[in-house]
Parts: sequence; C-alpha cells; structure tokens
Amino acid sequence: MSIPANENTALQEDNDWSQVISPKVGLLDLRLTEVWHYRDLLWLFVRRDFVAAYKQTVFGPLWHFIQPVFTTIMFLLVFGKIANIPTDGIEPIVFYMSGITIWNYFSTSLTSTAGTFSANASIFGKVYFPRLIIPLSTIISNLVKFGIQLVLLFAAMAWYGFHGKNIHFGFSWLLIIPVVVLMALTGLGLGIIISSLTTKYRDFNVLIGFGVQLLMYLTPIAYPLSFLSGKSYAKWVYYNPLTPLTELFRYALFGKGSFSIESLCYSGAFTLIALSIGLILFNKVEKSFMDTV
Amino acid sequence: MSNLVIKAEHISKQYRLGMVGTGTLSDDINRFWHKIRGKEDPYLQIGETNDRTFKGSSEYVWSLKDINFEIKEGDAVGIIGRNGAGKSTLLKILSKVTQPTTGVIKTKGRIASLLEVGTGFHPELSGRENVFLNGAILGMRKQEIARKFDEIVDFSGVERYIDTPVKRYSSGMYVRLAFAVAAHLESEILIVDEVLAVGDAEFQKKCLGKMGDVNKGGGRTILFVSHNMPAITSLCRSGIILENGRQVFSGPIKQASDIYLATENLNTEKKVVFSGLTDEEKLNGKKAKIISLEILNEKIYYSDTIRINLTVESAIEANDLVVGVGINTLSSVRLMTVENLDNLLSIKPGEPVNVTIELPSVPLAPGGYTLAVGMRQLTYNVALDYLPDVIKFDVETTPSTIHISNNPQLGLRPASNWRYS
Repeated sequence: MSIPANENTALQEDNDWSQVISPKVGLLDLRLTEVWHYRDLLWLFVRRDFVAAYKQTVFGPLWHFIQPVFTTIMFLLVFGKIANIPTDGIEPIVFYMSGITIWNYFSTSLTSTAGTFSANASIFGKVYFPRLIIPLSTIISNLVKFGIQLVLLFAAMAWYGFHGKNIHFGFSWLLIIPVVVLMALTGLGLGIIISSLTTKYRDFNVLIGFGVQLLMYLTPIAYPLSFLSGKSYAKWVYYNPLTPLTELFRYALFGKGSFSIESLCYSGAFTLIALSIGLILFNKVEKSFMDTV
Repeated sequence: MSNLVIKAEHISKQYRLGMVGTGTLSDDINRFWHKIRGKEDPYLQIGETNDRTFKGSSEYVWSLKDINFEIKEGDAVGIIGRNGAGKSTLLKILSKVTQPTTGVIKTKGRIASLLEVGTGFHPELSGRENVFLNGAILGMRKQEIARKFDEIVDFSGVERYIDTPVKRYSSGMYVRLAFAVAAHLESEILIVDEVLAVGDAEFQKKCLGKMGDVNKGGGRTILFVSHNMPAITSLCRSGIILENGRQVFSGPIKQASDIYLATENLNTEKKVVFSGLTDEEKLNGKKAKIISLEILNEKIYYSDTIRINLTVESAIEANDLVVGVGINTLSSVRLMTVENLDNLLSIKPGEPVNVTIELPSVPLAPGGYTLAVGMRQLTYNVALDYLPDVIKFDVETTPSTIHISNNPQLGLRPASNWRYS
C-alpha cells in the first residue's frame, strides 16, 4: 500500500532506482543509448512514412520522378535559355537535375525536421520515447526519396552516354556518400534547432518557409560556382556552408566542381556545430515542450 | 522497505495560462536574468491553486502542488479526483511526457503508460502494421511484439480485419486492438489513464480483468485513474485523492473512496445560510438553530488565524448556550474542538445573535478539512443543533511553509521547541 512519504522514510537509503525524474537535467545528458534501444521504432517510422504516403495514390512513388523532371525543365528554360548561364561544360539537363536532387534532399530534410514538435504534439503528449527518433526517421525516409531521384539522374546520364556524350564514370561516385551524410546532418542540425525554437515562438516557422527558398539561390544549384569567380557578390555564396557540398556532389558525378579542402573543412565544422547546438537544444526542449507547444 | 518501486517527493507542476506572446518573452528574459545571477526563478514564488470556478489574478497556476507518495512493488493504486484535480498531470509526469516544475520521482523498472489508446496509430496502415508501430512506440522491441502477436490479436478479437487499414475499423475495434497491444507490454509498472471509457461493458470488464491479472498474477505495479469508482475499488488496493492539485489523502482504497464519495457533495462555499426556525421545527421541539455560518478568511494558510462567523436564532430565552466549532479531517475524524464555555451566549426569542469566533494560529497541515458546528444548553446539557461537516475548506501551503508535508494524515502541526544537548 502507499504510505505517506514523510521525514522518516526520506532518511532511508536506497540507491538502486532505475530512473529519476526531476526538473534538473544536465545540458549534455543526451541519452543517445536510449535512442539505440528504440531503433526498431525508427525503422517502423521510416516504413510508415513511405507506405502511408502512397496509399490511395495512382502513381505512388512515381511522384518522386515527376517533381524533379518538371523543375529541371523550368530551370533549363529560366537559367539556361533566358539567363544564359553556362553549366561548367556539363550537359544542362543532368547539371540542373543533380542540383535539384541534392537540394531537394537538404530542403525536405530541413523543413520536415523543423516541424518535429508541432507536427507530432499529439503523440508526444501521450507517450514517451526519445523524441530524436522522429527527426532521425524523417531524414532517413527522405533518403529513400533521394535515392529514387538519384536513380533518375543516373538514368539520364546513361542516356547521354549512350548517345555519344562524354559522361564521367569512376570511383569519384563514392564521394556521393559523404556528401549525402553531411547534407543530412546539416539539415538535421538546423532542423532540430528550429523545431526547438518553434515550440514557443512560432515566428521561426514563418522564417523557415521563405528562408529555405532564399538559401537555394545562395547555393550553386542553378549555376556553377565557377560562374561567380571574380564577381563582388560571390563571397555570399562562398560563406554558405552548403556550397562546397554541392560542388563536391557535382565533382563526384561529373568530375567537375570548384571546391577546396579548406572549404570542405568549413562545411564539416559548420555541420558539427549546428548538430551539437541542435542536439543540446532539442534535448532541453523535449522535456517541457508539451506545456508550450 | 526495499521493494518501493515509485517514490515521489514534493512534486509540483506550474503552468502558465493565457497566450504565448510578447509577455512570454519578457518573462523568459526576466527568468534568465535571475538565473544568471544565481537567483531563484521569480515565477515559482507566485501562482494560484488550480481552481477553475473563480477567475484568478495570476497568470501562473499550480496544477500540482507538493505531491508526495510511495508505491510498493505489486501494489495497485487508484488516483481519484474530480476533473482538473491534477490526475492526468501527475500521470504525464510519471510517464515522462512532461517534466515536474519541482520535486523528484524515483522509479524502479520499466514503466509502460497508457494515457490514450492507440497513440500513433496511422489510419492508412493495416491493423497488423499498427500493432507493430504502436508496440514500438510503447517501447517494445520488434521480436517481442512478433512473439506476442497472436496473443494480442486473440485478445482484441479483430482477427478477421487484421490486414484492413484501421481507418475502416469501428471505434470499438480500434480501441480493442489498441488496448490489446498495451496490455501485452512487459513492464514492471503499468500506468493507465481513463482509457476504458470507450468500448462496451463486456470489453471494459475484459480490460479490468486483464489489468487484475497483470497486477495480482504478474505481481506488477499498477497506477489507475478512473471516475468509475466501482472499477477502482475492485482493482486497486490503495488510493490517492487529489483535489485542486493537492493531495488530500493517501491510504487504503476503501477509505479513499469513502472520503471521495463523501466529499463529492460537500459544500465548498465559504458561507452557508439555513432557513430560520420554522413553526414545524418549533412544534417538533427545536428550541434554537444556527441559521448561517461563514468562514471569513479569503484563504487559509498554514498557521493562520481562522475567523468564523455564525448566526444563532432561538425560540426560547436562555443565558447558558454553549456554541462549539470543530474541525474534522475529510475522513470525519475530529482534530480539534473549541467551545465558548467561559463566555456563554445569552439569547432572546426573535433576536438572532451574531457570533464571531477567532482561532489564533491554527496548526493544521495543508490539506482539506471540514467544519462542524453545534450548540447545546449547559444547564440541561441538551443538544440544540448540530451540523457535522457543514463546510469544506482547504489549508494552503505558502512558499515559506512548503517544507511542511502536504498530508492531513499527519494531523496537527503545532509549534514546538526543540533542545539538543
């Protein structure tokens, strides 16, 4: 039976508690082992996202082809034909498609992880599991979509190769993996920072909407970085930590891209810092956000 | 005492009411400013008890205030209280959905909490997929769910529809499947909020039966919130009563349910007025009556002076009336009585007398109490009027007395002197 916790029982020594719930939690107590324990849930969420998205659609995952195809046509028209921006000697279609593929992955990872708390408030309010599972599952399920678009890109490259165009092929393709990992972690880091801040102040929600759009123009997606050399405003694009990653992605695919080891280190450091700040903020907010969301 | 599985010490939860806006930002900045100077959070000093019936002046309310309890392994504890008493907040803190503002809860073993059935069910996914998803959300590993899958489907009784998307389910089927998942969770502590309100009587019985099995057969600890008192008394062995965020009782379930049911209809108004002496009452031999009673304090804090006002009407002339006021616990145990023995009341018919009573620094521990009043004639020693448990009142904690345990079972807390040598 339950008895009143009075001063006498408080004296009793008992150290084998498996869990202590208290308002004070260490800043760096991230409990990542707990995330590992819930890894099955992570995969189930990824599966759910993928399966549920195409229930009752006719084209299903084909929709992932349609979006980049139309965007590529648009870019070809606006940046290629109207603005007449060169594409570093790469076939314009695959040039734009590569930019769109990597940018889509980053931007969907960022915007969907940024909504973690507000979109899942109803689940979070009823059951505890490590909240980090949700943004992690988001970047992984976006990876599936990225993979589909990458297949489309390779198909386009193969088509050009078949038609006698010079297509780069080699071990540099393996560099796609670190690029994607860095993109994912940057998106995750920035996304969880924003999701932590939006629980209380929704202002950031508005910011992310047009912020991502503007950021795309500061990233060499629709133009090659080499096109900017010598221009006074180029420094704004150089400051963007996504720039070296995008260029590295193009280098991996086509063997052409302007980046340096220093700029890649800069990107890596940015990712690390964003991710650390994100994890600390997220960890702090996840315990009390139900009261403010 | 080594088999305690939950120990809660001084749990409080403060909420901020109203909209989040610029006010929140300035409060946050102020809080941060106090923090970097190493001072205490200024907003923890304020805040009102969570009473919906009057509009408070503070933006901060205490949804829970100073809750202490201990639960032993294998116990089944019912948490009882009206809507808004803080039951769900307490369960949310125990399930780690939200954090307490102050206090510590220590637990031993895995906690499974069922604050809602079917959390995370996705309408587009089939019953089978949802069993796995929901199980994983509740903390089960995949192979654990796979092992129990047949048992879960069997318990739910929706085998035929297990590969149909749950959006096609009736609400009853949905709840059955969802409860079945949670009931098969292997955890040392099971926390169940009022989730059985849905579902038909037969299924409710089945769920209660399952919870009983889990508790008695499996030796696991259960915390159960419900408004269904028969269900609580049949399942639980002990009970905790919450009222306006404070714990007013904790003890055996029988006693708890008696107190809850008795206090449910108690008057919590500060003032009660009765009809004057009627002709019928006079014919029945009633000679005098208390026609109104009021607690003058706006709020009563620990060790406050309590002021009571009452009006007496009489059909006879007398100069030896004894008026008494008693304070009872919610389980109707008399804690103290005062009478006007050295200052008897004189009264004449048709001239009601107003009586004001002051009880200086009453050492009542914070909690809920009732007031009883009575009147007799000293000479004949006959009772003229007696009103037991006529007004229910609360003794509140102040910041300076927060260390006094919020537990009426500890009785009076008078001032005392201690000497050590």
